[in-house]
Amino acid sequence: MAEPLLRVEKLVRRFGGIIATDNVSLDVAAGELHAIIGPNGAGKTTLISQLTGHLEPHSGSVSLGGRDITYLPAYRRCALGLARSFQITSLLLDFTAADNVALAAQAHAGTSFRFFGNARKEKGLRDAAHAALDRVGLLHRADVLVSRLSHGERRQIELAVALASKPKLLLLDEPMAGLGVTESQSMVKLLQELRKEVSIVLVEHDMPAVFALADRISVLVYGRVIASGDPAAIRANEDVKRAYLGDQHVVTHHG
Amino acid sequence: MKAFTVAKAVTALMLAGLVLLPLYSSMSGNIFILTLFTRIVILALAAASLNLIMGFGGMMSFGHAAYLGIGGYAVGMLAQEGVGSGFIQFPVALAASALYALVIGALSLRTRGVYFIMITLAFAQMAYYVASGLARYGGDDGLTVYKRSDFSGLINLSNRTQFYYLCLACLFVVLLLIWRIVNSRFGLVVQGLRSNEQRMQAIGFPAKRYQLVCFVISGMMCGLAGALLANNTDFISPAVMYWTRSGDLMVMVILGGMGTLFGPVMGAVVFLLLEEFLSQITEYWALIMGPLLLLIVLFGRGGIMGMLGRAGRG
Repeated sequence: MAEPLLRVEKLVRRFGGIIATDNVSLDVAAGELHAIIGPNGAGKTTLISQLTGHLEPHSGSVSLGGRDITYLPAYRRCALGLARSFQITSLLLDFTAADNVALAAQAHAGTSFRFFGNARKEKGLRDAAHAALDRVGLLHRADVLVSRLSHGERRQIELAVALASKPKLLLLDEPMAGLGVTESQSMVKLLQELRKEVSIVLVEHDMPAVFALADRISVLVYGRVIASGDPAAIRANEDVKRAYLGDQHVVTHHG
Repeated sequence: MKAFTVAKAVTALMLAGLVLLPLYSSMSGNIFILTLFTRIVILALAAASLNLIMGFGGMMSFGHAAYLGIGGYAVGMLAQEGVGSGFIQFPVALAASALYALVIGALSLRTRGVYFIMITLAFAQMAYYVASGLARYGGDDGLTVYKRSDFSGLINLSNRTQFYYLCLACLFVVLLLIWRIVNSRFGLVVQGLRSNEQRMQAIGFPAKRYQLVCFVISGMMCGLAGALLANNTDFISPAVMYWTRSGDLMVMVILGGMGTLFGPVMGAVVFLLLEEFLSQITEYWALIMGPLLLLIVLFGRGGIMGMLGRAGRG
């Protein structure tokens, strides 16, 4: 079998006496959309933070395309093709939408120790920004300050920023968080498009969305992966039903 | 050319005033005003350099006056040792400032927020005490610069008008540099870091490297101001590095408008003119100055530039 794009092995992270990530191992193959689900406090964001480099694990390893990245700082992982979106929208509020995305493109287009030329007039960067904004359907808002955009629009900008770095692997931390019904639906549609181009790790609470999108699902409970498999297997798994899904009948109805 | 605004009109008026000032001075025979404005222009340069890291970079340095001292002492000490050429003194002033900024920046940028303010302040106070201890160079009492920097007849710094224009040219060049930097790739990264460091790291920018380079550029600009200041007063003492002077620079930046190109210049002009005229009226001038500044900062969001911007919108 080919080397998986992302391999997580026996990752452990503690906060005081709490084990937030307990021996987590998982593989994400190239081209796959791998969803990570779990109840609140299961350690999903802690896990994502270790993948992105915002948090160091106490033991275990993370490798991307066969390269060990366990202790690489966030910006180096980004250069290797790992991009993320934040659960709580994290953008440059006093910059325009286009500036936000163009900066992400700039990070991957040569050195930024250039002190003279006007960066906002660099055609390559602007074009990349506009393309990414177009991709998420926000081209018409390119020159609006992010602080003036709605929550839903900011979620889409998050995605555009991640896309602008032309990643191999996209880590999406609850992209649907706080979105209305129609907004969620268009986000699902958008992710369905994107997954053809890039491998995705999706952390999400919205079960219909997860089951509609995922190739494989890993279920995290108390920091431990209790099950991993395709949506049908997860849906049928007794442990998962008991520990997490409970009577959430939506799961059996959708998908 | 974009639309006319009140802020632009006032800025243009101020710059024209600065350029024409020597004319007025020579026609009216008022030499004092030229001396006063030379000082204002030099400190405006220092404030503009502070604005680069504070306004655009979000790095609240409370030790910027250290560079005024370093630049000044470079000139004073070299002059004392018989090196009178400005072609040596000024590059040394810039290099010494850069070196200090590199070391202090590398250490200070490990911290954020209030700790950054305190640590830059602490280093500047250290520089102050080091200067006080330089017995060979006057120690506490300071050092008289008997001869101004010599530029081999290219420009005569002892000529008031020529010196004023040199200072003004330095200010304009620095403003031009800041304007170019702010809009460059580098400048956008630095401003992005001010806005959201976590996001910038996540899209692939190592924060500290960019901030440190910005810190060094700003320090060199202020070192230039220091070298000019020593020539202006023919004297350099540890007092120029004292923390209150760093505070003055911060007030000028905030008063004029942080993160605007011309705000610090405006702030320096208003601050120093107020100080000058209030101190002529009463010796308790600080009692008027303090509350006045407080009002502007409290009610004029964005300083003078911010207020002018709002006035323009009616």
